[in-house]
Amino acid sequence: MGISIEEMNNMQLDVLKEIGNIGAGNAATALAKMVNRKIDMNVPKVEVLEFKEVTELLGGAEIPVCGIYFDVDGDLTGNIMFLLTMKSSRILANMLLYKEDNSEILDEIDQSALQEIGNILSGAYISSLTALTGLNLKISIPSLSLDMAGAILSVPIIQYGQVGDKVLLIETEFNEGDDNIKGYFFLVPDVDSFEILLKSLGVLE
Amino acid sequence: MKEMIKVGMADLNVTKGDAGLTTLGLGSCVGVTLYDPITKVVGLAHVMLPSSKTIRNNTNPAKFADTAIVLLLEKVLKLGANQRRLVSKLAGGAQMFAFANKNDIMKIGERNTLASKEILKQLNIPIIAEDTGGNYGRTIEIYGDTGILLIKTIGQGMKQI
Repeated sequence: MGISIEEMNNMQLDVLKEIGNIGAGNAATALAKMVNRKIDMNVPKVEVLEFKEVTELLGGAEIPVCGIYFDVDGDLTGNIMFLLTMKSSRILANMLLYKEDNSEILDEIDQSALQEIGNILSGAYISSLTALTGLNLKISIPSLSLDMAGAILSVPIIQYGQVGDKVLLIETEFNEGDDNIKGYFFLVPDVDSFEILLKSLGVLE
Repeated sequence: MKEMIKVGMADLNVTKGDAGLTTLGLGSCVGVTLYDPITKVVGLAHVMLPSSKTIRNNTNPAKFADTAIVLLLEKVLKLGANQRRLVSKLAGGAQMFAFANKNDIMKIGERNTLASKEILKQLNIPIIAEDTGGNYGRTIEIYGDTGILLIKTIGQGMKQI
């Protein structure tokens, strides 16, 4: 039987939050290396939220956002979703492609750049998870979608919905010069995988 | 401006006459509507998962196709609809991300649509229009006075069914 976020005790949640912190930290370092710039990171916020609070956080269900989705396979299965506001997507794409483009539309090359960024960030995230848990994990190639926040969020929310009514959200803020990039990680283990994860971290019998 | 009642994720609501019901940013979830053209009673459910039976945490009936549609039916009947006149429209059930391999969860949109159709069939409620599948999000609005379902998207235009 799967364990839901609501059923977890404080220690288990703290451990998941700490993993979020470390993973996001590694992701920021990887991003800095990739774009060859100094990237500052604020302490990530890790929250357990009701479904509707997640869309509200992004400014509403109809706001366009960029979602990058990965399959996780190995000792545990699930997904990782990296979500960016459109403004942050533009800044990141420009950074990687060394250009100054103010267009609100992300063309194919921009999207491909964002997939690559998603790849690096999620890879960094997963490798810290692997190091901490000793689990063998690998991630798939990314799949990107630009659409309404509600529609994109429905994917991780449905997965969480199978065991409960809340999701675990990791909010990360990167800063480069005056640019401020807001990204959100969703760690979405499959129904039985939260248990494997918590056991590997020694916080579940 | 007519009154527009918002229906959240894993939620449902009913209204009558001039007012409308809306749900924003449907992805893999399915919007199921019931409408009685004579009494102008309309209902909308934002269904998240196909079945309450395979899931342990099933305290919210509005979350699952099987329990949500039955509850929605009760509510429209209570508001004065006649079951024999009820018609249904469906929208949503998209697959937002494309993956070559595995797995059931990525096909959840399709499974939500199929489960909703199955329940409607059991209840003898005809589906007169649908806009399901694809890989894009939808905002939908249904109006009590006409029963028209308006579908808005980003990049795929707007349509009425």
